[in-house]
Amino acid sequence: MLAHNLFLAWKSLRKNPVLSLLMIGAIGLGIGVCMTTLTVYTLMSNNPIPEKSGVLHAVQLDSWDPNEACGEPNLPPSQLNWRDAQALLKSDIPKRQVAMFRSGFAVQEPSNKLPAFLAEARVTTRDFFEMFQVPFIHGGGWDASADRDQQQLVVLTKKTNDKVFGGTNSVGKMLKLDDREYRVVGVTEDWNPTPKFYDLNNGSFAKPEELYVPFGLVEPLELKSFGNTNGWKPEQINSYQDFLNAEEVWLQYWAELPDAKTREAYQAFIDQYVSEQKKLGRYPRPLNNRLTNVVDWMRVNDVVTEDSKVLLGLSFLFLAVCLLNIVGLLLSKFLGKSGETALRRALGATRWQIMQKNLVEVGLIGLIGGLLGLLLAFAGLQGVKQLYRGYERLVQLNGELLLVALGIALASSLVAGLYPAWRAARLAPAGLLKTQ
Amino acid sequence: MLQMTHISKVFRTDLVQTHALRDFSLNVKEGEFVAVTGPSGSGKTTFLNIAGLLETFDTGSYLLDGKDVSHLSDDARSRLRNEKIGFIFQGFNLIPDLSVFDNVDVPLRYRGFDGKERRRRIEGALEQVGLASRAKHLPSQLSGGQQQRVAIARALAGTPRVLFADEPTGNLDSLMARQVLEMLEEINTRGTTIVMVTHDPELARRAHRNIHVMDGQVSDFTDFSQAAAARDALAA
Repeated sequence: MLAHNLFLAWKSLRKNPVLSLLMIGAIGLGIGVCMTTLTVYTLMSNNPIPEKSGVLHAVQLDSWDPNEACGEPNLPPSQLNWRDAQALLKSDIPKRQVAMFRSGFAVQEPSNKLPAFLAEARVTTRDFFEMFQVPFIHGGGWDASADRDQQQLVVLTKKTNDKVFGGTNSVGKMLKLDDREYRVVGVTEDWNPTPKFYDLNNGSFAKPEELYVPFGLVEPLELKSFGNTNGWKPEQINSYQDFLNAEEVWLQYWAELPDAKTREAYQAFIDQYVSEQKKLGRYPRPLNNRLTNVVDWMRVNDVVTEDSKVLLGLSFLFLAVCLLNIVGLLLSKFLGKSGETALRRALGATRWQIMQKNLVEVGLIGLIGGLLGLLLAFAGLQGVKQLYRGYERLVQLNGELLLVALGIALASSLVAGLYPAWRAARLAPAGLLKTQ
Repeated sequence: MLQMTHISKVFRTDLVQTHALRDFSLNVKEGEFVAVTGPSGSGKTTFLNIAGLLETFDTGSYLLDGKDVSHLSDDARSRLRNEKIGFIFQGFNLIPDLSVFDNVDVPLRYRGFDGKERRRRIEGALEQVGLASRAKHLPSQLSGGQQQRVAIARALAGTPRVLFADEPTGNLDSLMARQVLEMLEEINTRGTTIVMVTHDPELARRAHRNIHVMDGQVSDFTDFSQAAAARDALAA
């Protein structure tokens, strides 16, 4: 019966193309607008590391101004300074922990055939790769001694490896970063967590850096931060060592705390640490140290902007308006065919069979409208790309979203069609047969 | 086949009540061909709608093929219509977008027959009305008489126990009207009960019995079969 109803629906749509196109257009427009905003919203609110988002915690110590919180409501700074990071790294409570920052190097490939280029880099402790589940094509991260012994090692991304070594296994090969020789120990696969949760200070949707070097090199090589550095009081900084000793915050710090007990122990540890620092005249604010998991971290940092939420709401409101129009058009269509409906009822169709027939027609309109909506969403996303630079990576329709679009189109059109289909099925056949 | 006893039907609006049928009783035997006549507004169509389970009634009782239909649900009435009743309308009531074949197919699909059975029945019914060669035509490509024959084929395909015809020749010229009537007579001789509403006294005389309806009641009836038998006896 479904196939037959589809056949009838197709005939019906073709019989009145203007009305059909109006309805398909209305659904298409509604779906197009919805999917454009939903795509951006979904990717913005995506959990980038679902398997571990509950155990990975951003570490915040409230070293800020005694008179004013770093952020509202009473938020501590989202980064740490050098001294505190060094102190926390000594703890063995977390299963893994990482201190890191964004930097950059002039990269020169060994044969000097390519001109040197500037590459963004992440300077990090070794746990970064395992902690954030970075996949490797060749080799792996460095071991603990590299951080400790200041070994000049580097992990390349696939893209950088392709660029510098033509995609070959470069593990063990040397390349120059800022005129210093580094040995390649690993090449990562394309890894692109969205949002870039582990460093929201430097762009929530920025690309991952192009190479990684050990955190142990910071002090000896005086590696510069390319990221945000914030402070709350004037400080005399005349040397790199002054910078490291200052209260300026510039390091992202994460701890992997696998269970509540470890989390409590680590919270006690950082509170204890801050209490000790208070005795030394630091940390003028009341204790306000935080461990925040990935999902909460993205929420606290407003990764999904208010604009996106409002736009999403408005777009669904727009879809609702489109659907309301469709309700009117469908009512007119179905009631216009009341003679045929009455005849079918006289010939033995039950009300439910009439409803099914009409709902299949509505579903077909919804599906075609959904396909049109996808085309419009694709165009809409191109527009978003043009309007908002930096969002390029967000605005892509994937297979899942395509299915969601068709699902929404089908479901919303069926909802819109319920009342008209029900009304048509309730028509009393007796009075309508003479006029058919 | 049809046993209506003291049926009444009132149509109500905010301002008026119209008694379409009052204390209407009628008994139609299996295999009868009954004509229902009466002036416009007398209640003929209301009777036909109630008899064809298209309309409910307020009081009285109605047995269709021995089954009390007074309190049936809408779905049960639909099923009963589909299985036991065939309709022929004055305006043919074919679905214009569907071919002749698909029009005849409509009630069979609701009956739940498989494709093979439906095809057998459709081809048989079209053969019976002489339109087997027009199966792929659209209704608009047929004459009025042919369209009414398609409607008859649609009614016959489900092998109904009773056929309700509402002015079946009203939209046809006299030649086509005669052909359609002959077809109905032939169907009746095969055992299908026919109840036909008509304005035409000539057509009514071709039935076994003529029920005259006036003001929602049976005012008179004439048994043409007995008259014919008496005539035959006198002639002998």
